[in-house]
Amino acid sequence: MNKTRKGRRRSIGAVFVAPYAVFMLAFGVMPALYAIYLSVTDVDGGFTPTANFSKVIDDFRFFSAARHVAFFLGIWLAALLVLVVFLAIVVHAIRARWLSASARLFFYLPGALAGASSVMLWLFVLDPVASPAGPLLRAMGMDSFTNVIQPSHLPLIFAIIAFWTGAGGWIIVMYGALNNISTEIMEAARIDGANPVQVAIHIQLPLLRKWIAYMAVLSLAAGTQLFVEPSLLSQASNAVVPNDYSLNQLAYQYAFDLNDFNGSAAISVLLLIVALVLSAVFVTKGGLFETEDV
Amino acid sequence: MSTTLAARDARVDRARVTSRLTGWSGRSIIGLVLVVATLFFIIPLAWLLIATTKTEHELAVRTPFAIGSWDTFTTNVRQLFDFQSGAVVQWIRNSAYYSIAALVITLVISVPAGYALALTEFRFRRILMVTTLVVMLMPNTALVLPVFLEMNKVGLVGQPLSVILPFSFYPFGVYLTYIYFSTSIPRNLLAAARLDGCSEVQVFIRIALPLASPVVALVAFFSFVQNWNNYFLPFVMLPSSDSYPMQVGLSTLLSSTPAFNPSAAGSESMHLPTLALATIVSMLPVLILFLFSQRFLVAGMTAGGVKE
Repeated sequence: MNKTRKGRRRSIGAVFVAPYAVFMLAFGVMPALYAIYLSVTDVDGGFTPTANFSKVIDDFRFFSAARHVAFFLGIWLAALLVLVVFLAIVVHAIRARWLSASARLFFYLPGALAGASSVMLWLFVLDPVASPAGPLLRAMGMDSFTNVIQPSHLPLIFAIIAFWTGAGGWIIVMYGALNNISTEIMEAARIDGANPVQVAIHIQLPLLRKWIAYMAVLSLAAGTQLFVEPSLLSQASNAVVPNDYSLNQLAYQYAFDLNDFNGSAAISVLLLIVALVLSAVFVTKGGLFETEDV
Repeated sequence: MSTTLAARDARVDRARVTSRLTGWSGRSIIGLVLVVATLFFIIPLAWLLIATTKTEHELAVRTPFAIGSWDTFTTNVRQLFDFQSGAVVQWIRNSAYYSIAALVITLVISVPAGYALALTEFRFRRILMVTTLVVMLMPNTALVLPVFLEMNKVGLVGQPLSVILPFSFYPFGVYLTYIYFSTSIPRNLLAAARLDGCSEVQVFIRIALPLASPVVALVAFFSFVQNWNNYFLPFVMLPSSDSYPMQVGLSTLLSSTPAFNPSAAGSESMHLPTLALATIVSMLPVLILFLFSQRFLVAGMTAGGVKE
């Protein structure tokens, strides 16, 4: 390839990314920098590098909110990593196309209800009076809505809602990745005498690594944001679930109830740092940055 | 023609491999897992549909899967759409407007960007790539408040643009197209087109874009679903009920339901089955979209696998 040609390709690349880069600056970078700026300044714009952070961390609600979110994340991520991969491998092993396709459809359908809709649905499911799982809930000794949504149950409840909504999409993604594994490799493993479990552990799982890390990273990012679930549940439970249950709710309280944007930004920045550090681990382990040309 | 044959061969191969991987015990485990998982994912949805045909009393006293009556269903429909003289219709219209407008902008900016990141060199490519990933991993809600202040500064709060523009910035879409272009487009094909005299723009529009239609559809779908289901951003940006999208409207309906909010008992109070109906209505467009584009979507999601 000659030099002019290469030069033209260079400039066309810049033209193609320019609009996206503008949006990136306007709605990604600038707001983030602004949050950092707000978190290290006071109301009058004076530089106070630690004041906002120590204020929110000393807030008695901060630690409990952080613990709530951590419990929720622990359960949810474990469920995703184990069950999504397991279900994807199971669905992939189905021979009948119609059965495999319907299974994927059924698993994915709840994804249509992400956000407020799925929380609304689960409000019904968690109310033993009307719930389709009413007998089950009563068998476990919970006969009222208030009983079901005791504080100690909430991380599990939020994890179930999030799993119910999001797992299907990931199962489809994993299924696609499993289809990417060449039949030759599977065949070779088979000839070497590997059983399905060994194939899953030694062939499928390592080749899914990148996608599993990807799922973990995105889910972690989404999970730390926990907001709509506790916020609607708080509204529906007459504040049995507090309106500062999660960190984001607390950040919202700071901004809109206390009119303290700086404190709110401090929480946001903390959330950001935690998510980024944890994500970096997954990114390096999962090879998310690998591309064929690098 | 030859591609179809090759694809069929690959399918037959795979069927043969998998059939030998699963004996009778394997098959019964698979069966059990599938039944349990399907029940978990489907029962709540099925129940919700049935709930819309019952009265509040029936919901409490009859067995969960007893079906009510058509009359009750229409009564519930009427109650929902009469709520605050047709607020629900307005909310749906708003949701559609915000989601579709943002989706169009997302595609226009993301697909070329993904292409450029994957297949061209330009200054700051690496930093843009890393920033895309970083922003993609960042909790959106961490940006909601700063974006709110930004919008406030330029006087857009309360305007449709205050949600449409932030919705349109969709790094995940860029990342998805980037992955697709960097793994699934044969470079020789692009090089051949260049040798045949295509300009860089023509290479993108005539070769790469048609090949990328599965991933474009995928990005469109994800972006629409995410926009439609977004709650927090419109909740903060749009203070007046007239401009609510359906998701935020749902919380208004929830607080008008005495079963969950005892202080709501009044003339415009919601019955539980009507609230169930509202939930169905709020998810219906996404559900329909998914059912109709399912084959296409799965083809797109698994596109990397059909390389022959």
